[in-house]
Amino acid sequence: MSEIYFNESVILLGVEANSKEDVLEVMSRNLVEQKLVKETFPPAIIAREEEYATGLPTAGVAVAIPHTDVEHVNRKTISVGVLKNTVDFGVMGDDKETIPVQIVFLLAMDEAHSQLSLLQQLMKVFQNEDVLLSILNDQNKTSIRDLMEEKLDFGALEGEK
Amino acid sequence: MAKKQVLVACGAGIATSTVVNGAIEEMAKENNLSVDLVQIKISEVGGYVDTADLLVTTAMTQKDYPFPVINARSFLTGIGTEDTKKEILTALQK
Repeated sequence: MSEIYFNESVILLGVEANSKEDVLEVMSRNLVEQKLVKETFPPAIIAREEEYATGLPTAGVAVAIPHTDVEHVNRKTISVGVLKNTVDFGVMGDDKETIPVQIVFLLAMDEAHSQLSLLQQLMKVFQNEDVLLSILNDQNKTSIRDLMEEKLDFGALEGEK
Repeated sequence: MAKKQVLVACGAGIATSTVVNGAIEEMAKENNLSVDLVQIKISEVGGYVDTADLLVTTAMTQKDYPFPVINARSFLTGIGTEDTKKEILTALQK
């Protein structure tokens, strides 16, 4: 299992998009360009979101956590996208409701079932309105990176900076 | 009480089901329940219809199964977690 890749290059601010497909295309294309994921990742992410929506009605700012199968991933990462305007995503576990999402956490996971503590901490971030608002309003990728690292406790990240 | 087989499913069987799996594991420990947790993709549920006692999922499911289906989105959002836990416990203690 590779260490997680996380730095400013996977944080996108002021993303302009008219649809969830736009957002997913822009965010996953960025990961393709950095060779963190394969060419098959963007279409797989979009198809998966269509079938299994990942919008979450969290406190303060709605988020989405698109993800797909491990075979499309070269190196695991969490890409953070802050949208200029909200974009509707389907609500997870619900085939009718949509929710206006403004922060997208695109998960590129390279192994199933093995990243529990990371994911649990990510869920804690979703449950913390202050942290979400900081990410939303911060114009600085480095401070968002620092905040995420603090909250997710990426102990193994020293080599990535 | 016989060990209950609990299916934990999400779309990809990799991210949200991992979180839900962890939450149920913790819950089972707290309540001294012995459960057999099986983490799968929602598309794989069909293979377990004869053995499973419960399905806990973050993915939508329109199919009817011969066991209870509980939506686990609250474990991700933190909204309504206690209610979901109660629902799961009730289903497991039957």
